[in-house]
Amino acid sequence: MNLLLLTDGRFPAGGHAHSGGIEAAVMAGRVTGVDTLAVFLAGRLTTAGRVAAALAAAAASGAHDLVELDAEAAARIPSPALRAASRTLGRQLLRTARSVLDAADLPDDLHHPVAMGVVCAATSGLGPADAARWAAYDAISGPASAAVRLLGLDPFRAWGVVAALMPEADAIAAGAAAGAARPLTHLPSCSAPLLDIGAEHHAASEVRLFAS
Amino acid sequence: MRPDDRPVRIGIGGPVGSGKTALVAALCRALGAELELAVVTNDIYTDEDAEFLKRAGVLDPARITAVQTGCCPHTAIRDDISANLAAVEDLEARWKALDLVLVESGGDNLTATFSYGLVDHQVFVLDVAGGDKVPRKGGPGVTNADLLVINKTDLAPLVGADLGVMAGDAAVKRGERPVILCSLVDDPGAADVAGWVRAQLAR
Amino acid sequence: MKARARVVAAGDGAGGTRLTTLRSEAPLVLRDTPGGLYLVGGAGGPLGGDDLAIEIEVGAGARLTIRTAAASIVLPGRPGDGPSNLHVDARVAAGGELRWLPGPVVAVQGCVHHVEMVVALEEGAALMWREEVVLGRHGEPPGSVRSRATVDVGGRPLLRHELALGPGHPGAASPAVTAGARAVGSVLLAGPEWATGAGSTVVGDRAVVLPLAGPGWQVLALADDAPALRRQLIAGIEAAARHTAGRAAP
Repeated sequence: MNLLLLTDGRFPAGGHAHSGGIEAAVMAGRVTGVDTLAVFLAGRLTTAGRVAAALAAAAASGAHDLVELDAEAAARIPSPALRAASRTLGRQLLRTARSVLDAADLPDDLHHPVAMGVVCAATSGLGPADAARWAAYDAISGPASAAVRLLGLDPFRAWGVVAALMPEADAIAAGAAAGAARPLTHLPSCSAPLLDIGAEHHAASEVRLFAS
Repeated sequence: MRPDDRPVRIGIGGPVGSGKTALVAALCRALGAELELAVVTNDIYTDEDAEFLKRAGVLDPARITAVQTGCCPHTAIRDDISANLAAVEDLEARWKALDLVLVESGGDNLTATFSYGLVDHQVFVLDVAGGDKVPRKGGPGVTNADLLVINKTDLAPLVGADLGVMAGDAAVKRGERPVILCSLVDDPGAADVAGWVRAQLAR
Repeated sequence: MKARARVVAAGDGAGGTRLTTLRSEAPLVLRDTPGGLYLVGGAGGPLGGDDLAIEIEVGAGARLTIRTAAASIVLPGRPGDGPSNLHVDARVAAGGELRWLPGPVVAVQGCVHHVEMVVALEEGAALMWREEVVLGRHGEPPGSVRSRATVDVGGRPLLRHELALGPGHPGAASPAVTAGARAVGSVLLAGPEWATGAGSTVVGDRAVVLPLAGPGWQVLALADDAPALRRQLIAGIEAAARHTAGRAAP
């Protein structure tokens, strides 16, 4: 049940204000409807989603020094705008979790996937596999929801796209959990150049609905 | 009630165009000399409100933070306050002597109110140009806000709004809760609203 | 084929650099020219099944630039040969400088190419590291490339950057990844001259220059072909140079 609690879209950790790069992709005309959303999400899942799942699982495993793990996360996010967003989401999650889960000893400033792992480690019954599933799911659910708002998509079709990606998300999460205790340099670092490029354009744009 | 060791937080909400940002600017002018102030704005799709305040020169720009709300201004002030709370706490950490933080919501509808997890008191701002029937319609902002401001009273004759009807309807909906009629054209310092804010700080 | 190459550059104490070790093995041939050190490819390749490794060591006060004479055309081997592998291992001492500026890697239809780059910089070492991948020869469908760069400064991570492109990597043409761009490239700029500054990061529609969390910048660009990609990367280096004390000329 605790994983459902943490991954509930209504869990108040600030995710609703971030589009996972979809607003930048919409602005650039790269995502225009459900079909392009589907390939956007598939690409995001196998790159940023895979990296986030691996970092979250590694953090939940307790096998690594958190400062080193957080530095590994930062080295996987070249875009300063995305680093800032990841930092913000991580801090907000830790703040919410400290209060909601009555876990006063949680750290207060980590990158988002690392924070997910740390919160799982501090939550009864949750471990690396849960952290990985959460991060993989979050990598596509957030942008899907933002796309519905930005493009006025049929929400049933948009969430159908998310549903179709669940087997792939499961596989990515399983791989992340299996590798959670590996040396840190072995964690995946799959880059999605257009997420980095789009994030910087987005940060420089005057008119935007989402924080990232 | 708020912990004693932090500044008072007041939310300013209300529909689009009712004059929230102008009221915040007026409060900064009125209170800036006597209080340590900071402002968080929740713009809908730009940082225009934050920019307006910075350009107005009413407050050091470093004391103004803009929060993006991802199409959902009411979510950011009510259901998921984490981004706003982080912005408020960052300002409080940077400016140790703050007395007051104003949180201006994005323009929304009559149902948008602040969570008391984010603010200690809230002001709901209507304007006479929105129609003199709005107070009668009620809603959580009109009915329950700690202060209702009916703004732009100078426009009443121009738009055919009856201020007496507005004030009367508001009083029926609100009972003992205060209502202030306000014109920033006639009173750029919003003296009555500033007085109400001072009273909240003194409580 | 299996080939190993190794170069060691040492400072001569008078501001110059001499190569104390220069070992080549076909098809990895290193040639010292007045214009710098060149990696001269054999007759095409790498080829499926190739196992190539280059080891680079730059000592204190030494400056080394490595280029290739042309683009690397990566070809598939015979059936069953497996992927081609290139491993580049570089170490740069404090006060040393390495510029790795090869031409583009062209992934020809059917190829499966893996590149592993591990760079260890001491605190105070300088690096300019360019990587360009072109998907397919002109008018032809592409092969697949996976490249992975692991760069540390003083034992701390500076950049972990993995690209997986081509038909062997579903999702690579996604609007989140390349949106089907044929040319993908990056330049990593690290060292004291490139100590992180701030400034505009947008160079073009598909090109940015990114101040990293550690002491360096990454120029990241997509383009339709190799010359356009190179122009974007150079513009990015120039933008980074404007924000720092770095030297732009590649």
